[in-house]
Amino acid sequence: MSPNIVAILYLVSALLFIFALRGLSHPESSRLGNIFGVVGMIIAIITTLMFKSVLSYVEIGSAILVGGAIGTFIALRIEMTALPQLVAAFHSLVGIAAVFVAAAAFYDPEAFGIGSIGSIGMSSLIEMSIGTFIGAITFSGSVLAFGKLQGTVSGKPIVFNFQHTVNALILIFIIILIFLFVRNQSPTIFWSIVLASILLGFLVVIPIGGADMPVVVSMLNSYSGWAACGIGFTLSNNLLIITGALVGASGAILSYIMSKGMNRSIISVVLGGFGGEQSASSSSNNSDKVVKQGNAEDAAYVLKNADSVIIVPGYGMAVAQAQHALREMGDILKNEGINVRYAIHPVAGRMPGHMNVLLAEANVEYEEVLELEEINHDFPMTEVSFVIGANDVTNPAAKTDKSSPIYGMPILDVEKSQTVLFIKRSMATGYSGVDNELFYRDNTTMLFGDAKKMCEDIVKSLG
Amino acid sequence: MEAHSSEIFVIGLTVFFLACIIGYYVVWSVTPALHSPLMGVTNAISSVIIVGAILAAGPLGYETSKIFGIIAVVLASVNIFGGFIVTYRMLSMFKKKPKKQKKA
Repeated sequence: MSPNIVAILYLVSALLFIFALRGLSHPESSRLGNIFGVVGMIIAIITTLMFKSVLSYVEIGSAILVGGAIGTFIALRIEMTALPQLVAAFHSLVGIAAVFVAAAAFYDPEAFGIGSIGSIGMSSLIEMSIGTFIGAITFSGSVLAFGKLQGTVSGKPIVFNFQHTVNALILIFIIILIFLFVRNQSPTIFWSIVLASILLGFLVVIPIGGADMPVVVSMLNSYSGWAACGIGFTLSNNLLIITGALVGASGAILSYIMSKGMNRSIISVVLGGFGGEQSASSSSNNSDKVVKQGNAEDAAYVLKNADSVIIVPGYGMAVAQAQHALREMGDILKNEGINVRYAIHPVAGRMPGHMNVLLAEANVEYEEVLELEEINHDFPMTEVSFVIGANDVTNPAAKTDKSSPIYGMPILDVEKSQTVLFIKRSMATGYSGVDNELFYRDNTTMLFGDAKKMCEDIVKSLG
Repeated sequence: MEAHSSEIFVIGLTVFFLACIIGYYVVWSVTPALHSPLMGVTNAISSVIIVGAILAAGPLGYETSKIFGIIAVVLASVNIFGGFIVTYRMLSMFKKKPKKQKKA
């Protein structure tokens, strides 16, 4: 195939990827978008297989089959509640694949038309090292994020002295390595860059935990895009550059939306260490206050006699797998003629849009699921707010208490509704470590127990 | 060496910045409800890096670079299939549900 035809086919593929993202502007167009993405990928792969230099069809075919089978198996079996760790794991694969492609280009530059061993052009070497650097960071950062989300590694932020100094030193060390690599093109230095970047990736994610995980997941999403971009520059391949930039931009915007949802700058999230220390001081002074407790029958009674109910789900719903029982409860109330809607805070859950997927999984109509700005002004006209597994995102202290670590964070105004029902396992604080004054208000009834069990009991009491 | 002159780099840079801008506008138009599928699909398409992997795995014979290429093809394929399928699963949950029979 002539280079021009290749370039045009790659362009078609890039355009299809853009349409794939564009499709996500509405649920109804999104499925077509996904098909565009698949077609774009098929075109990209077939075009590449037509290259004259590509001859080992058996090996490549088997590699695609093996990888494809593993990917299909995992994607079909994964529980929707485990999506965040799945996405993190997938990001790590993009990162390490980028490192391998860069390594391949380094060991066989002729195959990519970037010179010969020992005399690779300077710009190619720089691009290659940047691709490797970002790829390796994405890899180790995502592996650690996966561990934290899966629970194999403690989800708590781990902070130690001189953390930022150490990170900065490693970064400077990597820059020196890249400089040396460009000068003498030694494999030892190449692999040193890989190892140092892997170390840096771990250290960057270690101090971030808990409710900051959505930002980390989005950030790693962004990195995986920039890694693809770096490889695209190395291979002078516009398709990789375009796709990498799309993914990079997407992850960056999601990180921005998530940090804004917590009223924190991306910088402060990246520097990490949120919520570790404050918990001890702020939870003690409320120990003498009393909370009003209720059981499932009380809740069922209150719900049945309401005209309007807003359900506020959070990470606790995902942990308890309560979405199906919750939807069942919502359906019964709807059949009674009650206006039931769901309010989603931008940072609810452990990845952007996590709650929306879980509710969709439980067959909740997406029209009933509203974002913070769409529904927040309706709380004063609402009789019952039903908070299930959310905490910090409903805490009025974010509006009033300047000393609170979550001050300024946009919250769902559940306290403005007539009654608040709050399902919680215990009186423990949320991930920010801040006590929630909402628990002690007169119009709040606490329902202690497992979220799923509680919803099932309410369903029974309603029936 | 001409294949990687500064001219090509500048073209690449042009493409890069234009793509960033397209990405910016396209992603802001994504509805927040679909942010998880957005991550799924971006994850799948970022594995277009398989293009580089195939080029590395292409030649006959077994050199170091080919082994790296094949490993990268496997890893990227996990992602491509996994990413698109999991996105498909998520998106099919956002289908409009047929109205349930009203028996109440």
